[in-house]
Amino acid sequence: MLQKLYDWIDDRIDITPLWRDIADHEVPEHVNPAHHFSAFVYCFGGLTFFVTVIQILSGMFLTMYYVPDIENAWKSVYYLQTEVAHGQIVRGMHHWGASVVIVMIFLHTLRVFFQGAYKKPRELNWMVGVLLFFCMLGLGFTGYLLPWDNKAYFATQVGLEIAEQVPFIGEQIKILLAGDAHIVGAQTLTRFFAIHVFFLPAALFGLMAVHFLLIRKQGISGPL
Amino acid sequence: MSEKKQQVSRRQFLNYTLTGVGGFMAAGMLVPMLRMAVDPVLQESSAGDLVNVGLAVEDITTEPQRVDWKIDQVDAWYESKVGKSAWVYKNDNDEVVALSPICKHLGCVVSWEGSEDYPDQFYCPCHGGRYHKDGQNIPGTPPTAALDVYESKVENGMLYLGRAHPRGEA
Repeated sequence: MLQKLYDWIDDRIDITPLWRDIADHEVPEHVNPAHHFSAFVYCFGGLTFFVTVIQILSGMFLTMYYVPDIENAWKSVYYLQTEVAHGQIVRGMHHWGASVVIVMIFLHTLRVFFQGAYKKPRELNWMVGVLLFFCMLGLGFTGYLLPWDNKAYFATQVGLEIAEQVPFIGEQIKILLAGDAHIVGAQTLTRFFAIHVFFLPAALFGLMAVHFLLIRKQGISGPL
Repeated sequence: MSEKKQQVSRRQFLNYTLTGVGGFMAAGMLVPMLRMAVDPVLQESSAGDLVNVGLAVEDITTEPQRVDWKIDQVDAWYESKVGKSAWVYKNDNDEVVALSPICKHLGCVVSWEGSEDYPDQFYCPCHGGRYHKDGQNIPGTPPTAALDVYESKVENGMLYLGRAHPRGEA
């Protein structure tokens, strides 16, 4: 049945070569944990991607219940946690996944750093990776405010004060983020929501595409 | 391999195992999300309590009168008072009838004798839909069904109304 469907499509638009380009390639021996167990260090990039997928999916479903408004944000999260079946699990996935993805991206960075895999000709991909890391940190920072509880509020207060320490343009950056010179409130929440679900994910997708294309183009770095 | 066709090859076995484990993991991830998304569909619809509309039964005549009342609506995390209205009268059997004022054509609000040209009828100003006093739509006018009927009861001489249902369902 599935084979037939695949053949039907393949007959018309010839997707097999496309599929081969994307997925069908040899894993070099030095990257295969079956040959050298220490090769497990190569898994962290993939795990980062896996957790990112979980974050995207769970985040999409969470927005079915969440409202980015100071009156209702906390209430909607509370409702989601206490009244909706499996709401606690899905929010739990998003909550813990946010930390796990930072851990994974950090381990991936350590592997690339200590193996020297960032060296010529892969410097560009290292830079893209650093931007991805900043994206993730930004997602963590903006997502932290969204439940609109005391911890979220004061963490953001602190975060904004840190942003304010930037020389010369610090205050403007803070106002740009918070939406108001003095208040962490309605506009801060909507801004952080927009950044969290539209701006940063868009940047993340673009950077991930470049990151992966470069890996396919340049191949994985050789054995130590 | 050819003499033992029914045997599963190493490649097949690994394929099945990987697909199975992968599918199990994907399901473990997706099931909570999907269950959460469909939660409103699986909620038991609340019976809809009958509410005192503040009208004494003895004040109800055979002439339809408009009743407005408010209900406490709980919409997930948002609670509010929502206005409702009905046309209430006593029919020939001395039973209380409460009709929804929502026109069955396109949802405008009908009024009793809303047009001077049509006495003793409910009239919808939007497209001229008309109904008899018992709520039956008049053939030849836009509505295709009779006005919805409210669940009702009388307690301590006061009228209580619940939800409006289409006829034949209530």
